[in-house]
Amino acid sequence: MSVIYLLISISIVVAIGFFIAFIRAVKTGQYDDDYTPSVRMLFDDELKIESPKPIQTIEEKQI
Amino acid sequence: MDRQNCFHCGLDIIIAEEIIFDEKGFCCNGCKTVYEIFSLNDMTCYYDFEKSPGATPQDINGKYDFLDNESIVSKLLEFQESSTAIISLNIPHIHCSSCIWILENLQRLQKGISTSQVNFPEKTVRITYNPETVSIKTIVYLLSSIGYEPYISLENYETGKNNVDRSLTYKLGVAFFCFGNIMLLSFPEYFEVKEFWLDQYRGFFRWLIFALSLPSFFYSASGYYVSAYKSIKSKMLNIDIPIALGIIVMFVRSTVDIVMDYGSGFFDSLCGLIFFMLLGKMFQIKTYSFLSFERDFKSYFPIAITKINSDISEESVPIYEVEKGDRLLIRNQELIPVDGILISEKAEIDYSFVTGEAIPITKHSGDKVFAGGKQMGKVIEMEVLHSVSQSYLTQLWSNDVFQKNVEQKHKTITDRISRYFTPILLLIAFSGFGYWIFIDANIAFNVFTAVLIVACPCALALTAPFTFGNVLRILGKQKFYLKNALVIEQLAKVDTIVFDKTGTITTNKKSNISYEGLSLSDENLLLIKNVLRASNHPLSRMLYDYLPVVILQSKSAEETKKLKVDSFEEITGKGIQAQIFGYQIQIGSASFVEKSEDNSIQQTSVHIKIDGVYYGKYIFNNQYREGLEELFKNLSDKYQIKVLSGDNEGERSTLEKLLPKGTELIFNQKPEQKLEFIKNLQEKGKNVMMVGDGLNDAGALAQSNVGISISENVNVFSPACDAILDANEFPKLDYFLKLSKNSITTIKMSFTLSLLYNVVGLSFAITGNLLPLVAAIIMPLSTVTIVSFVTAMSSYYASKK
Repeated sequence: MSVIYLLISISIVVAIGFFIAFIRAVKTGQYDDDYTPSVRMLFDDELKIESPKPIQTIEEKQI
Repeated sequence: MDRQNCFHCGLDIIIAEEIIFDEKGFCCNGCKTVYEIFSLNDMTCYYDFEKSPGATPQDINGKYDFLDNESIVSKLLEFQESSTAIISLNIPHIHCSSCIWILENLQRLQKGISTSQVNFPEKTVRITYNPETVSIKTIVYLLSSIGYEPYISLENYETGKNNVDRSLTYKLGVAFFCFGNIMLLSFPEYFEVKEFWLDQYRGFFRWLIFALSLPSFFYSASGYYVSAYKSIKSKMLNIDIPIALGIIVMFVRSTVDIVMDYGSGFFDSLCGLIFFMLLGKMFQIKTYSFLSFERDFKSYFPIAITKINSDISEESVPIYEVEKGDRLLIRNQELIPVDGILISEKAEIDYSFVTGEAIPITKHSGDKVFAGGKQMGKVIEMEVLHSVSQSYLTQLWSNDVFQKNVEQKHKTITDRISRYFTPILLLIAFSGFGYWIFIDANIAFNVFTAVLIVACPCALALTAPFTFGNVLRILGKQKFYLKNALVIEQLAKVDTIVFDKTGTITTNKKSNISYEGLSLSDENLLLIKNVLRASNHPLSRMLYDYLPVVILQSKSAEETKKLKVDSFEEITGKGIQAQIFGYQIQIGSASFVEKSEDNSIQQTSVHIKIDGVYYGKYIFNNQYREGLEELFKNLSDKYQIKVLSGDNEGERSTLEKLLPKGTELIFNQKPEQKLEFIKNLQEKGKNVMMVGDGLNDAGALAQSNVGISISENVNVFSPACDAILDANEFPKLDYFLKLSKNSITTIKMSFTLSLLYNVVGLSFAITGNLLPLVAAIIMPLSTVTIVSFVTAMSSYYASKK
């Protein structure tokens, strides 16, 4: 049953790990702007459709 | 594609002026150019995210010449090294996802920019660039050319890196971490059955809980100890004293319990309490980071100005280095930063920031010009009389009002209640202790601590933050932005409302134009409109926009467009004289068209004379905001209403008709007089709310109990104030006031509720029956009910119109 010491210690260590991650995230300013990243994330998809140039050159080569 | 609106900026297109490019319609060349830039760079996907997201680029020739000056630039930069520099620019136009996209892809438009990142809530873009390949001036020009002109003011000059205070977030994080883990570890204790394994590990669990509570107790709750200590020192009983007392007593007793093996203590409740109270604090802080409530003249003033040296060379100098006797060059739309004497022949100066008067004043060579005016039209030269800090306008800020600490002048509702709460609580604790000490010293100690723990007014401390936090959000959604939660309490106490006239109850956007005189034919209207087009005078422009576009039946649209003004002469301060299509047209003041008129009615008007025949005049009336009459009627039941104006008495009779009887109207008020007026009212014991707009109201706004600034565009200008109200929501003012009153009612109801909890808890405590389990139930239960009660109530009041 002394395994409970080990288990609880591990769980606390894991929790502390997440806690440190949170503090670092706050410190680097990740929570300062909670709107822009949500929009920015959507742009990457748009950009792929938007750059047709390389595709065209490939097609030309194939011909 | 809707042809009626510009593809780039979405404005209505005047059909005759439509520019078609790439099968898309544009309202002007500026918009077309921006589209060209984007399409050349394969960036037309800008238009995919949002329909017509752009803005027409403004003419900025010469406006940013100061960016050539190294010392000014280095003040603006956040970071600078030989090959990298970072600058944060405030761009008011940022409003949609297209804006974010285009601004984060600046590197595709300009070599030398490596990355750019938008902060949408703050409306800033942070650009990292290489100063060796590209100058900051080029970047600013690029931004302006695509319609995103940055706003650089004197304010940027002094602020270095601003440190964000994140301590509350850390404290909350720590508190939540401790609270969550302690709750988990406490579970075995709640079901305290005499079980072998649980008994064996009890010590381990308890000491672990103790260890986990330490960061919460020492770090997260530290703010309460400091505040309690301060309030004892200043001999004021605020709510933080019983809170701090409760926390400390709870901690000490729990520690004693564990050490002596009496029980498990109240660490779970303790950490839960700290967490919820910090959560309330967090909830109450709702910041509108794109707004600034602390503006002074600095955010209005440009950062640098063009100085003419004795050898006629021009040079950009920082505003603070302008000295008496310097010669300055002021361009179109530039703000005059200092008092001085006009050297150029004439100038049209728009003092709307200072006086609220929308129509520019004509000044002649040798006239004194005051700081705060905006030059309209040609480039002018002036000689400096006073440096910036000694100018008339800036002097207003040396008034005491602006130095005062606002927090000090108000006592919150929680503080007022805790003035009674704290002594009563201590009385109960000591009398309980006094009673039990004769029976059992051990119980007496328990009772004393239990009273302080249970009565620890967590529910009381949670009520106000959650109510105000909720109301703050509700108001924010309706475009009424408050500086902080205190403003709601102050709003509820207001009994006198003072309105500024120009720009506050009238709108600057459109003047109400009416015509008096002989009727004008369509052809005449067309002639007048064509003549007006060439004029730059604001009245001409207003009239030009007002006149309908007439298309003569006899001629095609093409032909009417070709109507050419043959000769055109603008006589300053008088009017326009033009030859068009064989007609001679005179538009201008009464004296200009040789019409004698009695000047008793002070109104702005433009007279029309065609071929020597006097036709009539256009009268420019103030346009009052919609819903004004009704708003004043509703308000006048409960509040005293006064209207202050910097204008002359010309509008008195109109206002008297419009506003309910008993409304006091005071005209010809200078900024300092407005401030004094508010001060006098306050000395008579009134709680004054000031509603104003321009810099001329700044003093009055600061002096009043609640200063509300009305803004047509919340992103641009508003003087220092407690709240910013979007001009379109102006008629809702009485609803906002009612809501703030109701939120105070909500708080009072919830106080009663939490007092009931305290009575129940205290009856357990005073009889010596407070078990950890009971405490563990009562504490979260009261928290949850209080929080949900206040949220539901304030939302209910908000939905009730």
